[in-house]
Amino acid sequence: MAASAPRLAEKRVGQVVMPGDVLLLPAQPDADGERLRLAPVGPQKGRLVCGPGLRRGPEGLLVTKCGLLRYRGPAGQAGGGTGSGSGGTYWVDSQQKRYVPVKGDHVIGIVTAKAGDIFKLDVGGSEQASLSYLAFEGATKRNRPNVQVGDLIYGQFIVANKDMEPEMVCIDSSGRANGMGIIGQDGFLIKVSLGLIRKLLAPGCEIIQDLGQLYPFELVLGMNGRIWVKAKTIQQTLIVANILEACEHMTAEQRKQAVAKLSES
Amino acid sequence: MKETPLSNCEKRFLLRAIEERKRLDGRQCYDYRNIRISFGTDYGCCIVELGKTRVLGQVSCELVSPKPNRATEGILFFNLELSPMASPAFEPGRQSELLVKLNRLLERCLRNSKCIDTESLCVVAGEKVWQIRVDLHLLNHGGNIIDAASIAAIVALCHFRRPDVSVQGEEVTLYTPEERDPVPLSIHHMPICVSFAFFQQGTYLLVDPSEQEERVMDGLLVIAMNKHREICTIQSSGGIMLLKDQVLVCSKITGVKVAEITELIQKALANDQKVRKEGGKFGFAESIPNQRITAFKIEQSPIDTDDVQEQAEEIIAKATPPSEALANPVLWAPGTAQIGEGVENSWGDFEESEKEEEEIPEEKSPTTEDQTMEMGDTSVGTKNKKDETIVLSDSEEEDVIILEPEGAQKNRAETSYKQDITSKKTGSKKKRKSYSHKKH
Repeated sequence: MAASAPRLAEKRVGQVVMPGDVLLLPAQPDADGERLRLAPVGPQKGRLVCGPGLRRGPEGLLVTKCGLLRYRGPAGQAGGGTGSGSGGTYWVDSQQKRYVPVKGDHVIGIVTAKAGDIFKLDVGGSEQASLSYLAFEGATKRNRPNVQVGDLIYGQFIVANKDMEPEMVCIDSSGRANGMGIIGQDGFLIKVSLGLIRKLLAPGCEIIQDLGQLYPFELVLGMNGRIWVKAKTIQQTLIVANILEACEHMTAEQRKQAVAKLSES
Repeated sequence: MKETPLSNCEKRFLLRAIEERKRLDGRQCYDYRNIRISFGTDYGCCIVELGKTRVLGQVSCELVSPKPNRATEGILFFNLELSPMASPAFEPGRQSELLVKLNRLLERCLRNSKCIDTESLCVVAGEKVWQIRVDLHLLNHGGNIIDAASIAAIVALCHFRRPDVSVQGEEVTLYTPEERDPVPLSIHHMPICVSFAFFQQGTYLLVDPSEQEERVMDGLLVIAMNKHREICTIQSSGGIMLLKDQVLVCSKITGVKVAEITELIQKALANDQKVRKEGGKFGFAESIPNQRITAFKIEQSPIDTDDVQEQAEEIIAKATPPSEALANPVLWAPGTAQIGEGVENSWGDFEESEKEEEEIPEEKSPTTEDQTMEMGDTSVGTKNKKDETIVLSDSEEEDVIILEPEGAQKNRAETSYKQDITSKKTGSKKKRKSYSHKKH
């Protein structure tokens, strides 16, 4: 099969990759050797990060998901694989629905149980996440947050690895809520694919700007594929929710037309 | 894997939306989702899609001995399966309460309504009857499994053809589809289930509830009816009190819905029948593009063919001529003889064969080059060259003098040379080359 023939990772940026594909990395043994000799300690500048959907193999990078191969240059700018060779991040942009907790991700969880000092939250992963009642802004042993089973909570993972139960908090490092906490009783929760969430969260996303022209609404996006929407009325909430769900399979043109049609009526 | 819990906020929102007579997908209260029926390549296989709910139905048959108390009736068997593929909440190999309920309802809807003529499934009374098995698999759970499953079951049964049998005295003959066309089952009527979800103690009523609506509903009423407006089964679950009027309204709605669905089923069956007769693409095959190659790759690799000619000539020039050692003639058959394993031909016909080949070289030389290029590998090219040298030192097998009848030739081929075919090819090549050499 042609697909299994190893190819240079640079050349395949922006192309579709399949699980089992092997991506070769540009060889840089002499450069590494030099650096080791000159500066044995300290972080390497040209460090290559192996992102989601890729695994380090004996020959190079092994693809574990199907999707588009992406690359970002070492300094954070989109390198587009311009032969920088050393450093940067490779990852696979795939469409999936199953969420795998990642440290630092902001997600929407549903409280499933109150067990003593901790709440159990369903985040759509393989295991429930735990959330301490003290991990809310201004919460003390006396002043407990009012959380009921079935409530929605927007929080952040501080522990997420494959061997341990994921743990969430609703405060940032300085103890502020920073937008996190319990989500109000109104509004509606929809589930979309993880790819759409990433698209919506990308800086300067047009979908939300377009929708904002329709009506004012509140929106919470969880990296686990859950979106909470609230508009003035049930009807408006439903419209926003349905457009967001449909965005998955619409081109920018179609979306603009749909929004224009709605704003007329 | 546990089912994702329904949050309070979803519950509240859904109930408020229902109060405002609005549904998530923009349907009216009495609207069904889109129904799509597609058939498999085999008879008795169909997929029914009801919105996002998909059910695969497959009917199979078997000759078995009948139940002792019903000696002249065939056996109908229904089995619905909920696999984790449909929803992560379903566990494999466990009979959940929902599954038992759905299976029981299906049986009541299809077997107890006597929609299939079981008497016609009898082959030899008390000895052999057909057992018809309907397997239903839920492929995706989007709510209202029972409606989709009942449609899938009846469509699969209508689509199914069983092998023809004939009974002559004691002898039962089973015909393959090639010998005799398979026969359809005799179906009296088509019962179809229609589900109603009740909210707020029966204040609000929705037809064809989606998965989310099913999770907030108070009670469910399932009515199975055929197009003659005969109720086949009615079941209410969830423990709600229903008024007589409500049930009557529901049965009226059912009548309308069943008529619509029956018409759709008949259209789908007729369409499939037509396409099958015409020999066009039918079943799931219609969704598969016609042998289109979706991915194809040729990796190019350069081959150096510049000095092939020179190299070959060089090798020929360097090569030592074959030894003149004459072996004892071998007598293969009366009137034929062979000398050595391959010695220069000194027989008259050699001249002719040379003449024949004389004309070929100009045409052939490019083709040999093509050949090496097609092989696409330089190593193959070099191998070819090596072969030539070997054959050369081996001397010309081609020129072995054989004047023997067919049978004897075969004998020779069997006993002696494995390289027979290859050497013939390369031998001619080499000869031609030596020819050009001479010309030069």
